[in-house]
Amino acid sequence: MKINSQKKINLLVDCVKMLMIVAIACALVSLIVFAVSDDPLNAIYNFFVGPFTTLRRVGNIVEAASPLMFTALAVVIIFGAGQFSMIAEGSFFIGTAGAMVVAITIGMPAGLHPIVAILFGGILGSIVALIPALLKMKWNVSELVVSLMLNYVVQFFVIYLVTYFFREMESSSLCSVLFQDTATLTTILEGTRIHTGVLLGVAACIVMWFLMYRTSFGTSLRITGDNALFAKYAGLKVSGIMVAAQAIAGFLAGIGGGAELLGMYTRFKWTATPGYGWTGIVVALLARRNPLMVPLSAAFIAYMNVGADIMARNSDVGREMVDIIQGVMMLLIAADALLQGWRQRMIIKAAKAEEEVSV
Amino acid sequence: MSVLQNILSTEFIYMWIRVATPILLAALGAMVCSKAGVVNLGLEGIMLISSLFGVLCSAVGGNLFWGFVGGVGSALVVSVIFAYFHLVLNANATLCGTAINTAATGLTIFVLQLATGEKGNSSSLHSFSFPNVEIPLIRDIPILGDILSGHNTLTYLALLMVLVCYLLMYKTPLGLRMRVVGENPHAASSVGQNVVKIRFIAIVLCGVLTGLGGMYLSMGYMDMFVRDMVAGRGFIALAACSMGQATPIGALVSSLVFAFFDGLSNVLQVLQLPSQFVQMLPYVATIVGLTIFSIQKSIRAKQKMNKIKAG
Repeated sequence: MKINSQKKINLLVDCVKMLMIVAIACALVSLIVFAVSDDPLNAIYNFFVGPFTTLRRVGNIVEAASPLMFTALAVVIIFGAGQFSMIAEGSFFIGTAGAMVVAITIGMPAGLHPIVAILFGGILGSIVALIPALLKMKWNVSELVVSLMLNYVVQFFVIYLVTYFFREMESSSLCSVLFQDTATLTTILEGTRIHTGVLLGVAACIVMWFLMYRTSFGTSLRITGDNALFAKYAGLKVSGIMVAAQAIAGFLAGIGGGAELLGMYTRFKWTATPGYGWTGIVVALLARRNPLMVPLSAAFIAYMNVGADIMARNSDVGREMVDIIQGVMMLLIAADALLQGWRQRMIIKAAKAEEEVSV
Repeated sequence: MSVLQNILSTEFIYMWIRVATPILLAALGAMVCSKAGVVNLGLEGIMLISSLFGVLCSAVGGNLFWGFVGGVGSALVVSVIFAYFHLVLNANATLCGTAINTAATGLTIFVLQLATGEKGNSSSLHSFSFPNVEIPLIRDIPILGDILSGHNTLTYLALLMVLVCYLLMYKTPLGLRMRVVGENPHAASSVGQNVVKIRFIAIVLCGVLTGLGGMYLSMGYMDMFVRDMVAGRGFIALAACSMGQATPIGALVSSLVFAFFDGLSNVLQVLQLPSQFVQMLPYVATIVGLTIFSIQKSIRAKQKMNKIKAG
């Protein structure tokens, strides 16, 4: 049977599955709200419609989507190479620290400053991501476990940097001194905080799509991810590809951290890793691991988060509900067998139809 | 000097065992799963959920028994969900685990807020804890008594579980089946073993052990639930399991090593080191330990290959 018709069937089934999961997520939101709230209609209105009521709130969605795009891209590439490193979280956080160091200590002209700061963050992110990758390549140490542990190491290291070298002494809570004015990213839409980092994120998605689907490296990467043994016998340098993929992923997460810090803040304020690496996994899965779908899926997850915040402010339902929903969505998307029977039947039907035509 | 004195004190060793308990229980769970060929990243979430539901059920039920039922029961429910999605719906185990952790963080805070009206901790509830046990005879031995006696019930249960897990894995048909399924699922199914069923049992057993670890946190180590109180112990248990080469004794030793560095970080705070470096210590130790083990393993594998080639 033709590859083309199988591709079409796969696309159709995947789209139906995603729509179904989004529908289930929305239904679950309503169900939980009706179960716990005294004024469920108000809560549901705030959750679903709230994010669209003012320009500032729409801006919030775009702002919240920005870091998720970068971490989701990192996840797409790491998982795409068949590796299960959770380093996006750590790379993102070290990226914020790298950008902070450049933004505070080095004086530079306005256009150049954020670029250098973000790139430095990206390089640090890449270095951190290389640790589990190289340990895996050299001695087959579990990249999953090392990356999980490394995330904590990075977290404590960054907090150490802020506390001992860049701390604002006049503030009672832990935060850094102000960045230089030249370092912050410009706002692109008046009345919101949407910054140039968002454009960088969208550009990164396009570049990554090109890299994964239009270059020989991307093809090797996808073959390696699908079946590492096959790739090895086909003569691909499997471990080199896996390491390169994780270095790129770390770089992406790192510049994501830098862009988030310089776009949204004027000083470093986190006291623990913000969790974008984990949320990035949901976004990556929802995007069917396709870089071009990442902005859309990041926007959807961001919409849910913003909706949950607005709902928590204006009703009696807590914002943590949205984490439950995202966990459930992740489970459903990961369930490969879901709708598999339907896909199989359609493929068989298409194959039979073609057989009849050729006879 | 003072650091060394601190480490050699009975209080330090007593604390050491206390800190090791939840990690040991979860690491034993991870061991069972890992032997059957399943990487259970959901340990973190399972611990969190059982620590909350243990507290809630003991407060509602009015005694420890219901707390125990609630804690283990909730861990079982989550494990069955994990097992169903992983084994029946073919979802990747790592993704399933991540999903469970994500949902657990939200669910525990959400339910806590519903039950108490607060998001921080369950101090307003009157919940029950597992009692400490003074062991007769041992209690009266001068130094050893202070170290070994007076621990929480679950601590002794955890040590007992090391033995139980050892017997289960190496002395029973079920243990043999689990190991075979983990080693080579295709070979196991070709001789008529039901891989899905055996892995299902492994995941459920893991859930019970991990649930006990979670309950220890909120009903032993502390006497209330605090949001995000698991704080990476599930991940650490996973690391302890792989550092211990997925054996019960290995899990015990690595949990103790990890807890030692954790305890050490408390002691070292007298030294005026930046506290962040001290807090980093257990995680760095895990990475280094795991790497050393893996290097040894790869050297051994190479030697074996050379022998085969030579012979």
